[in-house]
Amino acid sequence: MIFYLTALVLGLCLSAMGLGIFITMKIFRIPDITTDGSYTLGAVVTALLLAAGWPLPAIVVITALAGAAAGMITGLVHTRLKIDALLAGILVMTGLYSVNLSLLGRSNLPLSDANTVFTLFPLFSNPVLNELIVGLFFLAILAGMLAYVLRTDFGLAMRATGNSESMTRALGINNDRMKIIGLSIANSLTAISGFLVAQYQHFTDINMGIGIVLVGLGSVLIGDALISWLGIRKIGWQLLFVALGGILFQLVLAVALSLGIDPAL
Amino acid sequence: MITLRNIQKTFNRGQANEISALRSVDLTIKDAEFVVLVGANGSGKTTLLNVIAGAILPSEGRVIFDQEDVTLLPEHQRSRWVARVFQNPLGGTAPDLSILDNFRLAALRTQKKGLRIGINQAFKAKVKDRIALLGLGLENKLQQPIGSLSGGQRQALTLLMCTMDQTDILLLDEPTAALDPKSAEIVMGTAENLIKELKLTTVLITHNLQDAHRYGNRLIQMAEGQVIRDLNQAEKENLKREEMFAWFG
Ligand SMILES: Nc1ncnc2c1ncn2[C@@H]1O[C@H](COP(=O)(O)OP(=O)(O)OP(=O)(O)O)[C@@H](O)[C@H]1O
Ligand SMILES: [Mg+2]
Repeated sequence: MIFYLTALVLGLCLSAMGLGIFITMKIFRIPDITTDGSYTLGAVVTALLLAAGWPLPAIVVITALAGAAAGMITGLVHTRLKIDALLAGILVMTGLYSVNLSLLGRSNLPLSDANTVFTLFPLFSNPVLNELIVGLFFLAILAGMLAYVLRTDFGLAMRATGNSESMTRALGINNDRMKIIGLSIANSLTAISGFLVAQYQHFTDINMGIGIVLVGLGSVLIGDALISWLGIRKIGWQLLFVALGGILFQLVLAVALSLGIDPAL
Repeated sequence: MITLRNIQKTFNRGQANEISALRSVDLTIKDAEFVVLVGANGSGKTTLLNVIAGAILPSEGRVIFDQEDVTLLPEHQRSRWVARVFQNPLGGTAPDLSILDNFRLAALRTQKKGLRIGINQAFKAKVKDRIALLGLGLENKLQQPIGSLSGGQRQALTLLMCTMDQTDILLLDEPTAALDPKSAEIVMGTAENLIKELKLTTVLITHNLQDAHRYGNRLIQMAEGQVIRDLNQAEKENLKREEMFAWFG
């Protein structure tokens, strides 16, 4: 049981990234590989600031800003230098590997057990339940904020940009600027996943982000399948289903592992 | 007033497939003038409209609105003055967004799209009333994704969207080409009313010579990237339909 709860908490931690990938992949139709780098960046920044004794609220904000900066660079490379979005993401991701390594100064850093975000609210004696609450709390806040933004006039403009660029240009929307902002939001959400997972597993590893974009894509694909199957049109509900997709993804992995499927197969 | 001075546009310059879409177009369109633009396929009509809208930067020449030189202003900034219906019915709407969402964005064409939820009951009612004018029965489908409508229905809605916000210049690129005769009649009628009521400076491209004869107060024919005929209101009124058909004979 604990085994599945752990998968559930991990799914919740990664659902922020799922929301980010939903923005790039479903709203802008851009395959954004920056994710691998910005996820690790979030974990690296978190580890360093925690070790330096910074308060958690400040760490969340700085992590989110660091992720946003990564996304902004991808956006600038893509729109200003007219480089294919996939390639721009790969460039920035590769660059981030070096940045992360020099920031961290070594290949991994354990986090002390005390004072992580998961020990903030010790409501239950069972730590897994507390972790669950924290995971749910973050998902609710992030999905709630994103759902609000996407329903505003600005959010409509953003959703239209990925849909019909000729239309948005004619309606006074700067498509390049929108893409840069969208990539920034997406990667700041990804960095927050890095923030959560680093604290959840008590260490930051320079390689922890490699291939993580696939987990995000998987979540969005599962979420999207549910969304079209159930015919969901409200954007807030769509976001919840993307998060659900991320959790299902982790649970399926857990089932596969518990069945004893040899990972080296 | 729109002034085009010595506009030239060459695509793929220096390559084997180089093409002069516009060769020296000089044109002044007065306020509230309703210009009908005709010409064979590939004569440069859409390119001319794109130059006015800012979607295409001319290779040579200036574009001036009133006194302001807007030649270098990108399309999304020129939208302050210009609203348009594209030749391609998919060009003017965001298919995954609802009719209502599309109209909301159109209502903010000249304004900032801020962080507030702008769709309220009053706005819904306003959009509903506008759409009911078309008589196509679309006013009860406001929440439906606009991509689920037919090309003709989308084209009719795009026309209405053009007047949701302050507009000076209206560019219509074959707005009724995808419509059945009855809907085409409705859309052209709606367009004419809006143009008169709001005193819009309008350029309408059409291959329908009946429409070209019936609407507008100036008639321009293009061929091979140049203006070859330019008839003012009186000349246009005196023009017999058979004469115009003969232009294309
Ligand atoms: N983006 C482009 N790249 C290369 N050539 C182009 C481009 N846009 C237009 N052209 C060429 O310029 C010429 C004029 O095209 P344009 O679309 O303006 O014609 P049109 O008068 O609108 O024709 P139609 O009645 O078929 O819509 C054509 O030969 C076309 O192939
Ligand atoms: Mg054309």
